[in-house]
Amino acid sequence: MTSRTPVLSFKGVNTHYGAVHILKDVDIDIYAGEMVSLLGGNASGKTTTLKTILGYVKPTSGQVLLDGEDVSDWPTAERVGRGVTMVPENRRLFKRMTVKENLEIGAYLRPGEDLSSDYDRVFELFPRVKERLAQKAGTLSGGEQQMVAMGRALMARPKVLLMDEPSMGLAPVLVAQNFEIIERINKAGTTVFVVEQNANMALSIADRGYVLQTGKIVLDDTAEGLLANPQMRQAYLGEV
Amino acid sequence: MTTTTSPSKTSRRFRFNWVDSFLWFIRVSALIAIVIGIVGSVQLFLEGEGPTAEQWRDLVISGLSTGFMYGLIALGYSMVYGVLGFINFAHGEVFMSGLMVSLIAATLMFENGFWDANPTLALLIVLSISMLVSTLVAVLAERIAYRPLRGAPRLIPLITSIGVSFFLQYAFAGIFGVATRSYPPAPGNLGNDVEFLGIAIEGTKLLVVGVALISMVGLWWFVAKTKTGRAMRAVAEDKEIAGLMGINVDRTIVTTFAVGGAMAGVAGLLWALLFRAVDFLTGFLPGIKAFTAAVLGGIGNLPGAMLGGVLLGLFENVGPLLVLNGLGIPAVSQLKDAVAFAALVLVLVFRPTGLLGERLGSEDRA
Ligand SMILES: Nc1ncnc2c1ncn2[C@@H]1O[C@H](COP(=O)(O)OP(=O)(O)OP(=O)(O)O)[C@@H](O)[C@H]1O
Ligand SMILES: [Mg+2]
Repeated sequence: MTSRTPVLSFKGVNTHYGAVHILKDVDIDIYAGEMVSLLGGNASGKTTTLKTILGYVKPTSGQVLLDGEDVSDWPTAERVGRGVTMVPENRRLFKRMTVKENLEIGAYLRPGEDLSSDYDRVFELFPRVKERLAQKAGTLSGGEQQMVAMGRALMARPKVLLMDEPSMGLAPVLVAQNFEIIERINKAGTTVFVVEQNANMALSIADRGYVLQTGKIVLDDTAEGLLANPQMRQAYLGEV
Repeated sequence: MTTTTSPSKTSRRFRFNWVDSFLWFIRVSALIAIVIGIVGSVQLFLEGEGPTAEQWRDLVISGLSTGFMYGLIALGYSMVYGVLGFINFAHGEVFMSGLMVSLIAATLMFENGFWDANPTLALLIVLSISMLVSTLVAVLAERIAYRPLRGAPRLIPLITSIGVSFFLQYAFAGIFGVATRSYPPAPGNLGNDVEFLGIAIEGTKLLVVGVALISMVGLWWFVAKTKTGRAMRAVAEDKEIAGLMGINVDRTIVTTFAVGGAMAGVAGLLWALLFRAVDFLTGFLPGIKAFTAAVLGGIGNLPGAMLGGVLLGLFENVGPLLVLNGLGIPAVSQLKDAVAFAALVLVLVFRPTGLLGERLGSEDRA
């Protein structure tokens, strides 16, 4: 595994918001086809990590690499064009636009391409989305919004899918359904990097995980390893 | 239980009602004044006094043609507000810039006879110049004055736009002089009356309404149906997510200014053809009126901007005679501008978000 080039990696990444130091010497390696999870409490820098991958936040030092190529200076659009897409925290759909338009925005960087097979794929995973195409996204239920947010990301035909807290604000039954679909997407060949506070859920489907604490990676192990780790059990898996 | 209320509840209700009933008092008195005014005018009309039917018709036509131009300018205010959440007070000067520069070409063509020999081509040339210059000025203002302020409190770009507005006014005063100049008369037989739906209308006014309608339909298509238009709406709604989806936010904002500028350029040329007297301050009043129209229709809402423009044009042309004359107020035509702004206040008293506006200070405005 280590001899391959990671599809996505961080080498000693530091980021700042103004003078505030957020990510501290973060190293991450994600290989093609993996499902990796990033765990951490509130304000530990999880969303910042995803924004740094997409270049929305620029590292103050260190490098972001895609397929081994240093993309630290690339604008967001070019990184999305390289196949990295995000499902944001809280869905963040364009509420005043229709479901169809939200999906079209997902394919924004694929002008002139035939999107019918992408629509088919989204409708197959989320039949509900097809029924709601003409509806304003803001009028959908939370669960439906999550489906559209995932559909929107899939329309970019991502190689790497970044998911920011997909379980947030959803009923437990929807969370389970959601993770099942994430697993299916991963099995179909898309590399998935999923940020979660719900460590049990995330580790039940992930291959590996990183644990972020106030901007530092404090643990890095296989899912089984993390689930068995006493430190981990105490801090994140709700055991005393 | 159902008939008695606790004292605290009563007092809270009472205070609420006080403000509320004051507002209702204003609304009702305004309505009564308007109704009395209109009844009075109708009476005058039936008695064979006041304006004749032809005069009323001409007022409506003038109102419509002016209103469509306000609407075209208002689109620029509304689009920029939708995307950046601030009022670009230099937009009136964007309108003036195109019109003033196109005056050079129009005068040249008028003097060598091309203007009247090839009216269509001549108009297309001045229209292109006006649109191009207005677009350029709008884009430069964004690039130089507003972009560095992105993320600053909204008051800052607002004040800056007032600065840009003065800068443009006096730059044009410096280049063109302060004297009022006159735009060549409408070319060919455009100035003559034409028969339209059985009534005689001045060709220029018909052109104004026609070109404005075509521009609006074009803009609607652009915003609703094209990829760039979709990106514009996405940026207006959520810049961060739009950026993370791969949309180039800066370029989309520039496009918004450019399209608003082009619409102002169209309006500028139409204005010059219709009213002919132009100078470096020509942008001021139409600019403020168009801003009023945008607020009237619901700022940020594009059909609202058009509707607001047309209504404002009608109010200020028809309103003075229709309402004020009927109330027995003398010299009503002088009160045109007062009526326009009174209409704004009135509409906002009834609908604080404007006619087609949905929200006020909504959380998803950037
Ligand atoms: N644009 C910003 N400007 C300044 N500080 C920011 C900005 N965005 C995030 N921060 C700060 O950076 C820190 C990390 O934020 P981040 O959003 O990455 O946390 P998170 O791990 O995703 O938290 P959560 O679980 O609540 O989503 C927080 O303290 C936050 O306040
Ligand atoms: Mg977060």
